[in-house]
Formats: sequence, C-alpha cells, structure tokens
Amino acid sequence: MSDSLRPAPAPVPGAPADVIHDIGYRHYDGPRLGRGYAVRSLYVLTLRGSFGLGRSIKSKVLPMGMLALMCLPAAIIVAIAVYLKAGKLPIEYPHYLNVMQFVIAVFLAAQAPVALSRDLRFMTLPLYFSRPLTSGDYVRAKFAAMASAVFILTALPVLIMWIGSLLASMDFRYNIEHLAFGLFAALLYALLYTAIGAVIASRTSSRGFGVAAIIAVLLISEAISFVVFHVLQNHQHLSAAYWANLINPGELVDATTTWMFGLRIEGQSYVPSDLGGYVFLAVIVLATAAAYGLLVRRYRKI
Amino acid sequence: MRCDPGHRYGRPVSVIITDNLTKRFPRVTALDRLTVDVQPGVVGLVGANGAGKSTLIKILLGLAPATEGTAHVLGLDVATQGGAIRERVGYMPEHDTLPPDVSATEFVVHMARMSGLPAAAARERTADTLRHVGLYEERYRPIGTYSTGMKQRVKLAQAIVHDPQLVLLDEPTNGLDPVGRDEMLGLIRRIHRDFGISVLVTSHLLGELERTCEHIVVIDGGRLLRSSSTADFTAATALLAVEVTDRQSDLSFDTDVALRELLTAAGLTVTSDGTRVLTVELAGDETYDLIRDAVAELGVGLVRLEQRRHHISEVFHDEQDEPAAGGGTGSDTGTGSASEEASSHV
Repeated sequence: MSDSLRPAPAPVPGAPADVIHDIGYRHYDGPRLGRGYAVRSLYVLTLRGSFGLGRSIKSKVLPMGMLALMCLPAAIIVAIAVYLKAGKLPIEYPHYLNVMQFVIAVFLAAQAPVALSRDLRFMTLPLYFSRPLTSGDYVRAKFAAMASAVFILTALPVLIMWIGSLLASMDFRYNIEHLAFGLFAALLYALLYTAIGAVIASRTSSRGFGVAAIIAVLLISEAISFVVFHVLQNHQHLSAAYWANLINPGELVDATTTWMFGLRIEGQSYVPSDLGGYVFLAVIVLATAAAYGLLVRRYRKI
Repeated sequence: MRCDPGHRYGRPVSVIITDNLTKRFPRVTALDRLTVDVQPGVVGLVGANGAGKSTLIKILLGLAPATEGTAHVLGLDVATQGGAIRERVGYMPEHDTLPPDVSATEFVVHMARMSGLPAAAARERTADTLRHVGLYEERYRPIGTYSTGMKQRVKLAQAIVHDPQLVLLDEPTNGLDPVGRDEMLGLIRRIHRDFGISVLVTSHLLGELERTCEHIVVIDGGRLLRSSSTADFTAATALLAVEVTDRQSDLSFDTDVALRELLTAAGLTVTSDGTRVLTVELAGDETYDLIRDAVAELGVGLVRLEQRRHHISEVFHDEQDEPAAGGGTGSDTGTGSASEEASSHV
C-alpha cells in the first residue's frame, strides 16, 4: 500500500500530469513498431549522443567544442571576404575541410568509441540482440549515425562559407556549384572517416585505447603522407609524389575532389594522373565497403 | 486483458518445445538430443557451468542455429521466426550488462524502444516496470551508484519492460547476498503469478530453484538428466545423514552394517560412502520414526541425524547410477523422467 503514497513519477509528456497510477501489473496492448523503428531509434540516439545531446554537460564539451572550432575559421573567412568586398572566397570549399582535418580527426577519435566501445565494454550487446534488432541492423544504425555526425561536422562550415558568399553578393552560380562540391567532399569525409573510426572502435572495449588508436592512424598517416610527398617531389618525381595522398584519408578525399571537379590545386592535393584519380575514387569506395563488411563480421559473432 | 499464453483456446500450450535439439561445436557437443516440453509457469533449468544452459538460451532466442533437431518457443520456430520470438520474449543475461553512467530510467526506456515500443509508451512502461521490480527514487541516479541487487533489478526490468509472454532469466541470483537472493526469487514468482509471464530461470543451485519453480529441468553435458515437477524432485532428493555410536558392551559389533540392514529391511534406500555416515533417502516424516526405532532397537547412541541438501553434482551422480529414480514416486510425467532417449514432459 505504501506504493500508492509515493509521488507519481515525473510527468510523461502528452499524458495528464495528475494520473493516479494503478499499482497492479498492466499488460501492454499498444503498438509494437518492430525492427525498422528500433533501428531508427538507435540511429537517432547514437547521432544525438555523438554531440553529447541527452547526455551530461561534460560529454557535450568536446563534440560541441570541435563543431565550434570547425566553423570558426569559416566564419572568419566569411567576415574578411565581406569586409574586403572580395569577389571570391579565398579557399575552395572542399579544401577547407582538408585544412581542418585535425579537428575532424579529434571529433572522430572522441566520438567513435562513445558510439561503439561503450556497448562492448559494458556488454550491452546481448540486450540488443535478444530483441528483434539483428547485428546487421545494429551495424547499420551505428555506422549511419556516426557518418551523419561527421557529415554535420563537415557540412556545417561549408554551408557557413556559402551563406557568406551570398551575404557578400558573390557570383551565385559559381558558389552554389562549389557548395555542391563541398558537400560531396563532406560526404566522402563522413564515409571514409567513419569507416576507419568504426573499425578501430569496434575492436576495443577500452575507450582510451580507441581514442588513441584513431588519432594515431589519422595524424600519423597525415605526417607520413606529407613526408613521402615532399621527398619524392624534391627528387623530381612529381606525379609519383601524388600517390602519397593514398596514405592519408584527408589527403585522399581532397586530392580526389580537386581532380573530379577541376578545382584549384593547393599543396599536395592532386592525383598522379586521370587513372590515378579513378584509383583514388575506387580506394575511397572500397575502403568504406571493406570497413562496413568488417563491422558486420565483427558483430555477427556476438 | 490478454489471453494467458498457456491457456489460449482453453488448453495448455507449451511455451518451449525442443525435439532432439543438438548443438555441436568443433570440439564439444553443447546440447545432445535434448527433448523437453515446458509448460507455462516458473520452470527452473539446472546444470553445472558448461552444462549447455547458455547455448540452449541462445538457440531459443533464435541467435544460434541448432546442428540438429528443432525447437519452438511460444509456438514459433527458432530457425525461421527468431525475430518474432524476440519480440515476445524477454532475456536477462547472467553477466553485467549495464552502462554505469546512465540512469535506470534512461536505460530501460532505451531498451523498451529497442523492443519496438513507441517513445511515450516506453517511458510509461519503464516507470511502471521499475516500480514493480522495487526501484523508486533511485531510478533517476546513474546505474554506477547502484548495489548489485539494484542492478539485478534493472536487468530484470529491461527483460520485462515490453510485456513479454515468456522471460528467460540466466542466473538471476548470481552475486546476491541471502536477502537479495530471497527478494529476487520472490520477484521471479511474482512475474508469473501477478504479471502472467512465464519464466525459464537457470541456476546451478538446485536448492533455490526448489523454492521458486513449479518444474525443474536438469541438464548435464548437454543431455537431459531429468525433468519433473518440483514436488517429485524434492521428494526424491531430500536425504538424511545418520551416524551412530558403537555398542559399548560389544565393540566388535558392526553397528553401521546392522543399522543399514535394519533400515533397508524397513523399506528405506540407504547408501554408505565408506565413512561412518549413512545416507538415507527421505521418503516422508515416517522416515524419521523408522530411523529412531532402528537406532533404539540396536541400543546405540545417535550422533547425527540431519537433513542434507543434495549438491547438484550428487543429483547427477545418482541419476546416472539409477536412471529410473524419480519415476516411481507417482510422478505425473508418465514417460519416466530420465529415460535413455532423454525425453520428458515437464
């Protein structure tokens, strides 16, 4: 009887706040929305979690900080362009993402383990898989959510630059076209980075190790790629030097989009030849597909 | 009101049926031609570690294919209708599965949605379910701050939050102190009695299942040892340890042998393990009287007369020695509980 004296649980939105709760067990006769709904729920929860939404303030600091950091230079570029009444943005939309790849790497390193390692570490997976959801559904929801999070992170500054171009009354046709290039690049970053981050995070239940491994792979590959490029370039092997872009995902995406859309070449961001361009594009697609396959295999065994 | 799954169409429907269910791994046979028929109610699944309990649960959830044989849960085939089974069944795993940094409410709401409940219904069911398992204000605190008993309740809550027709509980009393154990066993009884949900509960402790379950299935090495109602089970397994002194007037007289003969003559089953302690099967209250009379007749002192709980391994031992034990105590199983083909009704 003491149960009936307890305060009612926090009011449920959409339900009257002053319901007197029936203490006996009630069966659930409402709708059961099945697998598709469960996958969507997991996707939304993981995507929100990637930015710390619905979690503690502490978990919001890093992802939101990275998002702000990612957009700040774009806002500054826009401000300067508007002030100087320049007819053109000083940087190509896709190349902006290459310049900022450190921020994308930190975001991914911090958030991929949040999305995947947690469930491994706390052994929550059997609870998922004892429900209608399958391991394939789980991988789909988690991969899509992480890719969406990286896409938001990369597409937002591109959008800011485009809005800036509108404010500065730059050439509309040119900018809307290049906005599309930028968003395409953002999509490639989202897929390739998620592939790398997810495969690493799914292999470790330790969050710290996941963070370190992802950072290491992304930043060290960037350094190696840079060194190899410059060594080969100094020895007059310019076209061979561009193959160095294969080593680092950020350079790979930037080189590929620069080639595909015929953009201004900045630094080492170009392909060795047209054939090389196709190879680069194929590597992006295959690496993403292979990573997805590895993930599916990884979770099938649980 | 929902129909009780066990009495749909007015006749009992089995919640779990396995027929010659076999699961072989490259090195071991985890399940060996297991045939059981589990009726609605609280059913205990007993076996030592590695007996095949977890493998069975995995197959029943449709998560692992059987090598041979078939299994049906709530009338659904585990091989082809795993998704439908998992919608109607709840599962509480043995090990820790809870993230420490979210509250019980958040976690159970999430799991309810993973079971397909719309967001509002998930919140409402979560509040109800957590209250039913005995979590109140603390449900808003992070799970990391909970005691083992509270964590077990959260695990139980996520298994029943979607109102399943059957719930599979894997070692729910593991790691609990005696009070927590009793509370958990009480909750398990309520799940069936008050909530109308059938329960399959595993344990390696026969004693606690005797108090909780209506039926008990014992498996060992993947094979069915026994499947019968709890009453039959306890009757057959309760033992008395008897130890007597030597006859002071005649030290050469072997009182143990004499006592054994007397008790056997009185119709009791007596075994000796080589020490001075005799083990007598407890057939009823009259067993005590028979022992008392026999000891008095021999004129010796009674050192020990105590009820002894069978350790599960002893049950296995006895069963293997006497495959027909338990069949003769008027069991309703009809077919004999642990016959050679390991087939029985619960």
